[in-house]
Amino acid sequence: MKSENDNIIDDITSGDYKYGFVTDVETDIIPVGLNEDVVRLISRKKGEPEWLLDFRLKAYRHWLTMAPPKWGHLDMPDIDFQAISYYAAPGKKKGPESLEEVDPDILKTFDKLGIPLEEQKQLSGMAVDAVMDSVSVKTTHKEALAEKGIIFCSISEAVRDYPELVKKYLGSVVSYRDNFYAALNSAVFSDGSFVYIPKGVRCPMELSTYFRINAAGTGQFERTLIVADDDSYVSYLEGCTAPMRDENQLHAAIVEIVVEDRAEVKYSTVQNWYAGDAEGRGGVYNLVTKRGLCRGDYSKLSWTQVETGSAITWKYPSCVLAGRGATGEFYSVAVTRNRQQADTGTKMIHLAPDTRSTIVSKGISAGESENSYRGLVKVTPAAENARNHTQCDSLLLGSRCGAHTFPYIDCMNPSAVVEHEATTSKISEDQLFYCNQRGIPTEEAVGLIVNGYAKEVMNKLPMEFAVEAQRLLQITLEGSVG
Amino acid sequence: MSKDIILEVNGLRAKVEDKEILKGVNLTVRAGEVHAIMGPNGSGKSTLSGVLTGNPAYTVTGGSATFHGLDLLALSPEDRSHEGLFLSFQYPVEIPGVSMVNFMRAAVNAKRKYFNQPPLSASDFLKLMRQKRAIVELDNKLASRSVNEGFSGGEKKRNEIFQMAMLEPRLAILDETDSGLDIDALRVVAGGVNQLKSEDNATIVITHYQRLLDYIKPDFVHVLYKGRIVRSGGPELALELEERGYDWIKEENL
Amino acid sequence: MSAIDQYINLFRENREAVEAHSAPALNALRPAALAALEKAGRLPEKGDEGFEKTSVEKMFAPDFGVNINRVNIPVDVAAAFRCDVPNLSTLMGIIVNDRFVPTTTLRNNLPQGLTVCSFAEAADGPMAAVLARHLGTAAPLDKPGVALNTLLAQDGVLIHAASGFRAEKPVQLVGIFNSPAPLLAARRVLVVAEKGSALSVLKCDHSQAGSSYLSSEVVEIVVERDAEVNWYDLEESNAETSRYSQLFARQAENSRFQGVAATLTNGTTRNEFSINLEGHNADCHLAGMAIGSGSQHIDNASEVTHRAMRGHSDQLFKYSLDDDAQGAFEGGIEVCPGARFTEAFQTNRNILASTNARMHSKPQLLIYNDDVKCSHGAATGQLDQKALFYMRQRGIPEQEARTMLMQAFMVDVIDSIRLESLRDRLRHLVECRFSGRPSGCADCNK
Repeated sequence: MKSENDNIIDDITSGDYKYGFVTDVETDIIPVGLNEDVVRLISRKKGEPEWLLDFRLKAYRHWLTMAPPKWGHLDMPDIDFQAISYYAAPGKKKGPESLEEVDPDILKTFDKLGIPLEEQKQLSGMAVDAVMDSVSVKTTHKEALAEKGIIFCSISEAVRDYPELVKKYLGSVVSYRDNFYAALNSAVFSDGSFVYIPKGVRCPMELSTYFRINAAGTGQFERTLIVADDDSYVSYLEGCTAPMRDENQLHAAIVEIVVEDRAEVKYSTVQNWYAGDAEGRGGVYNLVTKRGLCRGDYSKLSWTQVETGSAITWKYPSCVLAGRGATGEFYSVAVTRNRQQADTGTKMIHLAPDTRSTIVSKGISAGESENSYRGLVKVTPAAENARNHTQCDSLLLGSRCGAHTFPYIDCMNPSAVVEHEATTSKISEDQLFYCNQRGIPTEEAVGLIVNGYAKEVMNKLPMEFAVEAQRLLQITLEGSVG
Repeated sequence: MSKDIILEVNGLRAKVEDKEILKGVNLTVRAGEVHAIMGPNGSGKSTLSGVLTGNPAYTVTGGSATFHGLDLLALSPEDRSHEGLFLSFQYPVEIPGVSMVNFMRAAVNAKRKYFNQPPLSASDFLKLMRQKRAIVELDNKLASRSVNEGFSGGEKKRNEIFQMAMLEPRLAILDETDSGLDIDALRVVAGGVNQLKSEDNATIVITHYQRLLDYIKPDFVHVLYKGRIVRSGGPELALELEERGYDWIKEENL
Repeated sequence: MSAIDQYINLFRENREAVEAHSAPALNALRPAALAALEKAGRLPEKGDEGFEKTSVEKMFAPDFGVNINRVNIPVDVAAAFRCDVPNLSTLMGIIVNDRFVPTTTLRNNLPQGLTVCSFAEAADGPMAAVLARHLGTAAPLDKPGVALNTLLAQDGVLIHAASGFRAEKPVQLVGIFNSPAPLLAARRVLVVAEKGSALSVLKCDHSQAGSSYLSSEVVEIVVERDAEVNWYDLEESNAETSRYSQLFARQAENSRFQGVAATLTNGTTRNEFSINLEGHNADCHLAGMAIGSGSQHIDNASEVTHRAMRGHSDQLFKYSLDDDAQGAFEGGIEVCPGARFTEAFQTNRNILASTNARMHSKPQLLIYNDDVKCSHGAATGQLDQKALFYMRQRGIPEQEARTMLMQAFMVDVIDSIRLESLRDRLRHLVECRFSGRPSGCADCNK
């Protein structure tokens, strides 16, 4: 017997996706399939130098020797990598030189998504790089940033304008040999953002990339590279949406971050790719490799993610703590509903003395979804006095979903302290009743309680994003009711 | 004065990690005396007790400490204890799984072994426990529990004084023993300390407030500030501090 | 070539001899075991799912002999056996390598309602039906270790408590290894506790020096409605003895099961606990203690599966690792869709006492139901430095303080044991282990 409350939870956990529209723009798509010629074609279309083509080809050849990883707690059909188009660029054949050249429909798209690109509407505290399908369409506030020596541009521009920097860091944190999808991305990546913060500079505004998959039958393979030089600071945000389509779309991105001495990088993601419909048709396969190298002493990298979208999520934003006293943080809220599957978590690799890491993961599962936390904490013999604390909570809404925890803890140093705590629970009837008694309807109460549950992570988001993320959580769970 | 010198500290300097906390402390304590060491937060009071008892968290960078003729700083923490140095901890440590009885028996017998005495028999030991427990009115139930585990703040402090009674030190350092105590517990604890006082031993009371000194009367009062003893006097100094606070000390020592 | 091929070949060549010495119930399982083993192709390797740090393949790779022809190897029980539990009177049987030898006291003192005998003996009497009904029902052959054990086992111990029987004395099984040449023993135990019965089994392992041994153990425990079984496994052998132990328990409605394993001096050890809570309101406690030094390798893995409503399970595993010792813990809790109101908890705490000791911990939760209370915690660290200083300030020498803290660390595992005299014994063993003294008690050191 289902109680009234169960029905309401069912109702409000199956709300609709608001970003599922398609933008009708002329798109330059190459035919489906992948071979060396396609890799060469992508490189040629982007007018890349020889070394980058070499990099791509090496990655491609390595990819051929690999198989997709199977260890995730995921039920994923085999992907036909020959049925995907590896390059799609909206609009004009050449990249836009100014805003006037950007297709008005694209501007409208980003407007609709709440990301205005026009000067007068631009968000003051935030510089945005908007990426649709494979290419960057517009980066705002570039000039203001340039005054401080900060480079914020699409990675294609960076290859053209700052080849030395890109050459030095590309693939230095995530090697193309790292895993199947990393190899694929390294072979076919089309665009993404590049950030360089010079020594001693605190980036005065939030930097943001907004990813949008639009074209049908394509995959998105963007690549982000962030380098924070000594004593610098930057906060970087990433948002993503995609139209509703019946087929699955592949998103296999790489994010690489290098943090030098005493520098700090905050990387926040609100991931809201299309999740598929209630029956599990369609939706994005979000298979992402994100890793930061805290190379400098006392450097700090903090990952915050709010994951609400995608049919399948497979990502583990990681910190390699190689500098003495380096700090890694991972704060995550992952919501799954309907038939979504998420296998997400982090790796904290302690290589140096006095390194610290904190992991806070909050999983929320509803409907018939599967939500897994998977994390590795590794303390190597050199990591004297390393400290890790992991808190990993799961909340189940409904009796047909699954919540799982797979922590791997490897400790090779006796002075290290590694702690892991995990709990699984449901929204208590007492809490709901208490809210009801105070006149708060059940659906609102669920929203309140879930937001309260996720608060520890939400608080880590930059202000502009926190509100957005909170709303997203509400929408995801409350749907039409909210 | 002809009384024996128990502790003589000269130019003692110490650091925690890379921060120098004690910057040359001088102090002489003779048998039968009670010394109070007062000072604002962060002046180095707890560091001094930690350094004297050999806490590995502190590193001595200079100076000397002689404990009834012995080079105190050369001894291991346990040998300092055997030689009669006792610290009543500001925050007594909880040790789950180790019962008070086993803990105390290990301590008492280790000391006896140090002085080439045979271990106490079980019945003699339990008799001694019973006897000493009475001094601070420590409940029998607490003695059967794990060390300090689940003890209230007052019970922990009473337990410290009980252990002091068991080990009969020559010099007891009471580190902020009054913190977290209500007035009744304070009276019991101070009563215990006074009972244990004799012509042959001495006490150093580290405290922030005059309150405890109403119960344990000091012969000397020292003010520790920024790692040095900046002022010494009789009991009247504590009263002056109570009245005027520490600001004037700070101003004098800018 | 896999390590198992040598055993498959051995079996093929000696099938007649193996089967001639065995109970029909064991022989009945062999064709399926052989097929399963051939299908698997090899034993689990390090890195396989569930075997992150231990290669079973490697444990079985050396050329161990198997006592196919049941040669009677004499054993000096008094010399090998150091596990007399003072103040605990038990019904004792001895397992010499893989052969069960009931003591005369056991034979003479078995109360009505309790059976403790070899499979061979069971097959010839009224217990034949029990053996046939239950053997192989808890341990699935798709686990290569179980299949290999089933292929090679020629004997086993059946412990049966009849409906309503409540044992006053625990059954004690003393395993002794003794052989002039390296030896593999396939040991098998079946415990059946019928409706409303209660029973404790204490198992302890010893090895006589001079050779290397591998123990392949499969223990099946069937706990019927309202029954209670406590299983205590104390290993006190030596570094030349490896052990691959797989315990399977099936629990019916309102049943209680407790399993405790202590690893003290063994060489390479892998213990698996697979518990199925099949009936409503079943209660399961698992606890494990591992004290490793030298180059010991100790791996415990658990899978507690809640299949019915209102089950309760609790797991507590503690490791203290010194020198070059390696520890691994992979713990699992799975709550199936129908298992509402489940409460399942798991704790893993570890101390690394040296720079070369290693600990790998992987506590997992798989939850398919929202009406549950589940948690797990894992922590690896060092002895509490504040406690250590506190003790030294009170005059307790550093080494003694360390030993006391190490012992204290194991107290909750010891306290979870339901037999008081066994708690005392284990406390004593742990103290001896930490202070480096031989564990022999006053009685057997005479």
